[in-house]
Amino acid sequence: MTDLAQRAEFRVKLFNRICIGVLIAFALLWIVPLAWALDTALKPNAETTKTTWAIADPTLDAFSRVLRDTDILTWFGSSLFIATLSAAGTVLVASLAAYALSRMRFRYRNVVFWLVLAGIMIPGQVLIVPWFRQFDALGLLNTWWAVSLPQIPTAIAVFIFKQFFDGLPRELEEVARMDGASYLRIYRRIIMPLARPAVAAVAIFTFVQSWNDLLWPLLVLSNPDIMTIPVGLATVQGSFGIRYADTMASAILGAIPLVAVFLLFQRNIVEGIAGSGLKG
Amino acid sequence: MTTETAVRPPDAAESGAPPERHRWTGLPALGFLAPFMILYLAFIIGPTLYGLVMSFFDTSLVKPGLSGFAGFGNYTEALQSSDFWSSLWHTLWFTILTTPPLIILAFAFALLADRARYGRWFFRLAFFAPFILPSAVVALIWIFLYTPGLGLIETALAKVSITSPNWLGDPVWAMPSLAMTTIWWTLGFNFVLYLAGLQEIPRELYEASSIDGASVWQQIRKITIPMLGRTTTLVAVLQVIASLKVFDQMYIMTSGGPNFATRSILEYVYDQGFTNFRVGYAAAVSMLFFLVVLAVSAVWFALVRRQEKEV
Repeated sequence: MTDLAQRAEFRVKLFNRICIGVLIAFALLWIVPLAWALDTALKPNAETTKTTWAIADPTLDAFSRVLRDTDILTWFGSSLFIATLSAAGTVLVASLAAYALSRMRFRYRNVVFWLVLAGIMIPGQVLIVPWFRQFDALGLLNTWWAVSLPQIPTAIAVFIFKQFFDGLPRELEEVARMDGASYLRIYRRIIMPLARPAVAAVAIFTFVQSWNDLLWPLLVLSNPDIMTIPVGLATVQGSFGIRYADTMASAILGAIPLVAVFLLFQRNIVEGIAGSGLKG
Repeated sequence: MTTETAVRPPDAAESGAPPERHRWTGLPALGFLAPFMILYLAFIIGPTLYGLVMSFFDTSLVKPGLSGFAGFGNYTEALQSSDFWSSLWHTLWFTILTTPPLIILAFAFALLADRARYGRWFFRLAFFAPFILPSAVVALIWIFLYTPGLGLIETALAKVSITSPNWLGDPVWAMPSLAMTTIWWTLGFNFVLYLAGLQEIPRELYEASSIDGASVWQQIRKITIPMLGRTTTLVAVLQVIASLKVFDQMYIMTSGGPNFATRSILEYVYDQGFTNFRVGYAAAVSMLFFLVVLAVSAVWFALVRRQEKEV
């Protein structure tokens, strides 16, 4: 290898090292708030005002106090039920509709298609006023239905599924069609098993979005027995006062399920964002 | 995002298919579409139209029915109200403060992470993990970080002899503080979109250009940035729309204060509709906000169309 090439290679390596160094510095900066929250939660309340990092003897007292004194476990159940219902419902109705749009020929298909396309433009947040009156009239305020039902017909989910189905080769169904299999059978036995990546992406996104949603659940869930985690945390936020360890413990408890989902499905989440047709 | 599908005639893929498949399949199609379409009409299209109707009436939350017809009264009132304009400005100010950093930092971090041979999972974890936290959790952590007298940020800055402002308590600083929190919280999403975009750029382009003697900076300017054009358009529009919809952070961290300095447009809708019970007026404000979102989406569509023609 020539001297020049060696020097060029050295410069590239040095440049890469500097880049990674800068990136690690930022990544650590990003982790500090989480680490500090965890650190605080593991202290007794009296010591949280001391800004020392070292935790000489970590204690889980704050966690047990939060579990005992707030309804956080009830909120967990509520969030879990609502998020699961929303995710499962969205996957089911969106994939069925997308299958029809991708594989069937029928009159007004374009009309339906453009109607769904239009729905992507409507932000749910502008619908809170009509939704409130609607659910009030239906007598469904303070129920799980009021939170999940509006989240199920997600236009973007139909597009994610349709794009995925459009990419599946038609030959797969030919044989089944010749054998006289019904559309429903093809959908259940052939299409959906192949669509697992799309199912994972839509399910995870709906779940996370539903779990984190605040504005709408805040309006319809005023009964502490069925509040979701974000509503519950927003409501009790002031009541902790200066008990910072308890506040941070409740924040961490509220985040645990999603952190678990993230660690389990890291690949799906990242690929879901990257490959779900969101890429443009 | 899905314009490609939207633009292509849906039947194109089926041309040349055996005639057997051209049977009229209206009935099964109806069955497949019904569950989605019923919910969609009931909870998206219906309420949109209902909201539009309501915005022309003096509808109250505490009385049934639409109440008196107001014509464009709610709209003219909103457009003449200084509270409406100030909350619209706060929303815009928040969008201006968050969008450029969330695009530029996400791009820079993705570019750097793309060079890392090991430990990509670590960067994904560090930057993306905050994104999945509920806003209430993020708010609780950051209220604590900003607490005057003992918050970590103040303590850290004091070590380098910088006196912190009262982050959330000072009307001038409250919005930048909320923006900082939001950047920390949501950067990961754009970061992942950029990482995905970077992986699609053919390696040969870089190899060819380095043989021609291009420096790293030249490669970034001449190859990476242009090739990521579509990703940037997407990130920018998603970001602007997300920022316009801000509510959670402000509701929990500042309740729109101090002195209404951080009241966003959605918080204004919330206040008018559910504190003052004027849902007709709140519906009119929602519609005006919807127009802003539509305008942003329209600009995005125009940009994507142009980019597709160029490619």
